[in-house]
Amino acid sequence: MIGGLFIYNHKGEVLISRVYRDDIGRNAVDAFRVNVIHARQQVRSPVTNIARTSFFHVKRSNIWLAAVTKQNVNAAMVFEFLYKMCDVMASYFGKISEENIKNNFVLIYELLDEILDFGYPQNSETGALKTFITQQGIKGQFQTKEEQSQITSQVTGQIGWRREGIKYRRNELFLDVLESVNLLMSPQGQVLSAHVSGRVVMKSYLSGMPECKFGMNDKIVIDKAGKGGVTNEAGKSTSGKQSIAIDDCTFNQCVRLSKFDSERSISFIPPDGDYELMRYRTTKDIILPFRVIPLVREVGRTKLEVKVVIKSNFKPSLLAQKIEVRIPTPLNTSGVQVICMKGKAKYKASENAIVWKIKRMAGMKESQISAEIELLPTNDKKKWARPPISMNFEVPFAPSGLKVRYLKVFESKLNYSDHDVVKWVRYIGRSGIYETRC
Amino acid sequence: MPAVSKGDGMRGLAVFISDIRNCKSKEAEIKRINKELANIRSKFKGDKALDGYSKKKYVCKLLFIFLLGHDIDFGHMEAVNLLSSNKYTEKQIGYLFISVLVNSNSDLISLINNAIKNDLSSRNPTFMNLALHCIANVGSREMAEAFAAEVPRILVAGDTMDSVKQSAALCLLRLNRTSPDLVLMGEWTTRVVHLLNDQHLGVVTAATSLITTLAQKSPEDFKTSVSLAVARLSRIVSSASTDLQDYTYYFVAAPWLSVKLLRLLQCYPPPEDGAIRGRLTECLETILNKAQEPPKSKKVQHSNAKNAVLFEAISLIIHHDSEPTLLVRACNQLGQFLQHRETNLRYLALESMCTLASSEFSHEAVKTHIETVINALKSERDVSVRQRAVDLLYAMCDRSNAKQIVAEMLSYLETADYSIREEIVLKVAILAEKYAVDYTWYVDTILNLIRFAGDYVSDEVWYRVIQIVINRDEVQGYAAKTVFEALQAPACHENLVKVGGYILGEFGNLIAGDSRSSPLIQFDLLHSKFHLCSVPTRALLLSAYIKFINLFPEVKGTIQEVLRSDSQLRNADVELQQRAVEYLRLSCIASTDILATVLEEMPPFPERESSILAKLKRKKGPGNLHPDLDENRKERSVNGGTADHSSTTTNAKVATSPTPSTDLLGLGSTIATQNSAPPASKGASLLVDVFSENISAFPVETPVAVGPVADENFSSFLPNTPQVAYANATLPTAEEPEDKFVCKNNGVLYENQLLQIGLKSEFRQNLGRMYVFFGNKTSTQFMNFAASVVCQDTLQAQLNVHAKPADPTVDGGAQLQQILNIECVSDFVDAPVLNIQFRYGGTLQNIAVKLPITLNKFFQPTEMTSQDFFQRWKQLGAPQQEVQNIFKAKHSMDTEVTKAKIMGFGAALLDGVDPNPSNFVGAGVIHTKTTQVGCLLRLEPNIQAQMYRLTLRTSRDTVSQRLCDLLSEQF
Repeated sequence: MIGGLFIYNHKGEVLISRVYRDDIGRNAVDAFRVNVIHARQQVRSPVTNIARTSFFHVKRSNIWLAAVTKQNVNAAMVFEFLYKMCDVMASYFGKISEENIKNNFVLIYELLDEILDFGYPQNSETGALKTFITQQGIKGQFQTKEEQSQITSQVTGQIGWRREGIKYRRNELFLDVLESVNLLMSPQGQVLSAHVSGRVVMKSYLSGMPECKFGMNDKIVIDKAGKGGVTNEAGKSTSGKQSIAIDDCTFNQCVRLSKFDSERSISFIPPDGDYELMRYRTTKDIILPFRVIPLVREVGRTKLEVKVVIKSNFKPSLLAQKIEVRIPTPLNTSGVQVICMKGKAKYKASENAIVWKIKRMAGMKESQISAEIELLPTNDKKKWARPPISMNFEVPFAPSGLKVRYLKVFESKLNYSDHDVVKWVRYIGRSGIYETRC
Repeated sequence: MPAVSKGDGMRGLAVFISDIRNCKSKEAEIKRINKELANIRSKFKGDKALDGYSKKKYVCKLLFIFLLGHDIDFGHMEAVNLLSSNKYTEKQIGYLFISVLVNSNSDLISLINNAIKNDLSSRNPTFMNLALHCIANVGSREMAEAFAAEVPRILVAGDTMDSVKQSAALCLLRLNRTSPDLVLMGEWTTRVVHLLNDQHLGVVTAATSLITTLAQKSPEDFKTSVSLAVARLSRIVSSASTDLQDYTYYFVAAPWLSVKLLRLLQCYPPPEDGAIRGRLTECLETILNKAQEPPKSKKVQHSNAKNAVLFEAISLIIHHDSEPTLLVRACNQLGQFLQHRETNLRYLALESMCTLASSEFSHEAVKTHIETVINALKSERDVSVRQRAVDLLYAMCDRSNAKQIVAEMLSYLETADYSIREEIVLKVAILAEKYAVDYTWYVDTILNLIRFAGDYVSDEVWYRVIQIVINRDEVQGYAAKTVFEALQAPACHENLVKVGGYILGEFGNLIAGDSRSSPLIQFDLLHSKFHLCSVPTRALLLSAYIKFINLFPEVKGTIQEVLRSDSQLRNADVELQQRAVEYLRLSCIASTDILATVLEEMPPFPERESSILAKLKRKKGPGNLHPDLDENRKERSVNGGTADHSSTTTNAKVATSPTPSTDLLGLGSTIATQNSAPPASKGASLLVDVFSENISAFPVETPVAVGPVADENFSSFLPNTPQVAYANATLPTAEEPEDKFVCKNNGVLYENQLLQIGLKSEFRQNLGRMYVFFGNKTSTQFMNFAASVVCQDTLQAQLNVHAKPADPTVDGGAQLQQILNIECVSDFVDAPVLNIQFRYGGTLQNIAVKLPITLNKFFQPTEMTSQDFFQRWKQLGAPQQEVQNIFKAKHSMDTEVTKAKIMGFGAALLDGVDPNPSNFVGAGVIHTKTTQVGCLLRLEPNIQAQMYRLTLRTSRDTVSQRLCDLLSEQF
């Protein structure tokens, strides 16, 4: 289990230090600083073992979060916890920066006391935490006995993530499907690897204790339904939308896993406010929103000609945004001339790359950039490794093909029905590591 | 030198550096550097020529980036351009870049050398200095090649400026250090010596350093420097502190130069010319006098400078070792430092005293400080000073004070630092032995030693006690008594049990008369320790028991009972079990006469060099500043000491010969012991006279005295015990393991702290089987143990090796056997590699060892007559079939040994074939799967020249060559 948790600034100064177990000594703090933060090598492993002590770290902007343990713990659990810790902190005081951490260090210690007990992660649901760890001044701390006991029973109860008696005038539900598409493509346009990792993020403002049911075009569900002979739905699935094969998925704690296992239906009592309902990954039948066609020609020893064409590959009615193509340049580049038809392109010396930005681009279009790179002859004969061309973008559809089929809300005690709930669904596809070799 | 004016500072550089220092993270820093590099690249690429200033600035930035740890692969050309600038700052930056970043880049080196040449021939002293500094800083071989002739010329040229001469001298010194073969002596050498007379003290200082180094290389050429150095030294010493102005450092006149001159004089013996000698003595006296004067300043620099000169003067006095008065004075002055409050001074004083103690003149004087030194040992806070105090005590020890010193060291041992304990133990052991008038004192001392610091008593120490006790009849009874008493302590160290077991086993009868130490009591006492001891000690005790049976027939029943018990007869350890079984049988079957013969008292050991002394020397090894110090001392003590330790002293010199004293059982030496164990020839082998494992050839009737230690060999002459030899063999270090196995099939292949690999192999025709024994030397289990054999490249087709799978775990102290089946397909050269992998305490260990499977293993001997032999010899007369090698003998040219080697090699040794009886002739057939190759060999020794001529004729040229290579390595 986690023996301690340290937060450092970029210089390696300790901002927060919380030790949960006696086997972690004072010197562990220094060991991490010396061996990881101040380490000479550029690439640092997320898990470091120093003197039989394991350090798991994540970095948020200039802040290092390190969990320490002497035991053989589940590394995935520790990282999950660290990410959760980041989320919790972000939801309390916004961006994780040195300034914010210093200003909120009492709060952070309070949080650490609550979400880790003797190194065992406890409830890290922001919503639940906010009921009893508040940011109001001392005044707010005076809660009545009843309120306190209510909080205790709720937090320790069966549905720890939602308290009773929530009331909204307007019952609203927001659902975002956020996907990031990762690709590695050969110069000839052959897909070497591709996958989509997606999240379903919800925001719910519902009264009472509603029961929700979420349905999507999961292949297994749809095939099952088809076999079951429900003609209506089966007909729809074949004619309308394609079903998708989900490789793996994880759910928020509110989802009833037994129901998912038996019927593959996702039903849950939602937490109030923001939460992530599920995460999933697909690897088959991915819609690649852009195709990058590179053309690199070396003209003698001192010149390089690069031409890159990007093609958008989705419905013409949709608009992609924030498109950025990054073309790496050799290390001995001494000058660059760029010509592009659309957007703006610039040679960024500090990053050794040409960055081409396009604000908007509709589907089924094509755009091109060409650059002349002058090179300085160097002493060593090392050949340029030609790193891949990478790309960033945002598109308003889900590249995995995921579609939300329904989201039903049942509340038996209060008198509102599924139809009274206002539901919003949005799809956003972003680029993950989207690279094409050149 | 022209100072850098303010306007000359590079603003862009300053801004860049401050930008980098302000970077918050590594990533930001890299971004900034990338940006700057791109900027510099575009500037260097630009078509319009850059002015000197910007070139300098960019080169400077590149240098800074390089020093931050980034690769710089351009800008060299621009830096070289800067060299030809006429501005000092630009040239300086150019040279700086070159000295830091130059690599042996062929196209630029010539340009750089050209620029340096130009500067060297310029008349501008600062440019010449820059060039010389660059040569010295780079100091590469290329530089030395280009300028080794030029620099001395500048050094001795009449019109060279002083500052340039200074640089040239130091530059030459550097070149001499890096590539001494290129700095040739010439007519300049005599003129360099005269630089000692130069007016400018800086030049003299630099020249002295150079001359000292060169004088070490060729003392004859610089002999004249002695008189000049003495003259110079006396001028400095006698000058008033104000005379030398710039070179007076805190009221001490030219301390660095004085020290260097004194160092230079240490390269030569005392001057023969009386006048010079008198003058030097006078100087040294003055230095000693000055040291006595009250300090002119309270500053620490003053006393440091003064003491530096003093210590160097004392080193010179010690080096000359000819002026008794000076030596005694030096000793007294050092004595004052022994109680100084500066730790460094105390350390240096003790160190110098150590060397003084070895001089016959000052030895007595040093001895007067014994109380102070002992006090230092007790009260000193700094461990390194204590260590020096121990050294000094060791050095000043002689017969008169040995008892006191040994007693002090023993009492100090109880509190000594762990790091120096082992050394103290060795020193005490040596002193006790060397100055023992009364051997009872010696025995007491060593037993005390074991009691106080048992863990640090190495095997050599207790081996030595036993050697001495066995060799001296008069102490045997006393030793037995003392050991018996010592063993009565409730907890005693294992080494004490070993000594006790051995001595009681040998001489228990001497104290058996006393009813308090009757045989049964002795036995019970030993046996009470038995179960707490490690396996080797228990084995030794078992041997002691069998000796008891011989000494005291009345306890026979009791001992047999013990041997018969399950914990012995069925012991998990094969060695113990075997001893128990064999001893039990021996005691039951053999008649008392046989028992008495077999278990006779150990014969006296041949007098050899004390193994402990050898060990101490090894320990001091390269770390010691004065490696010859010990020996010097020994030589001198011949004069002062008594006759009987002259034997040790001569031996002490022998000890430096490379015989590895680890070669306990002599597996490595194939000269082994056809007839009897050769005593002294084995150099450093200790108690155990060497029996190699082929001892099973021994006629059993040979009376062999079995001692508890030697009987590791004893057990191996009983049939059916091949493993024992492995378990006890020590790895020979001297020979390449592969070569070792050419003429024999069994032995230890590899050994480290964890693992020992033993081999036993047998070959028949083209097939072979090899038993590999993996012995776990630790007490923990090896996990995931896997051993596989890899045949590389061509070998794959030539040799099939099939390894049978073995257990994946090896328990602590246990042995694992793996069988390899080998088939030779055709002749081969390479050896297969045995890869071993296992997990020990969590870490993965990887070991790769070449297996000693060589072509000659597939030899089948063929007997033939003289006529047949020569007929075939002629048939194989084609030039490519014959391979001949003439080589120097590496081992002694013993006929018997050579014969054994040829037979071990696999060929049949044919007697009476060659007309010259001293020649060896062999014949055999190499069996491979595809072919059979007949081989004839002839070895002609030439005793006078210590040479061999080896001729091999086979029907295949590759086979001839390979066999010749293999066999040549063996003689």
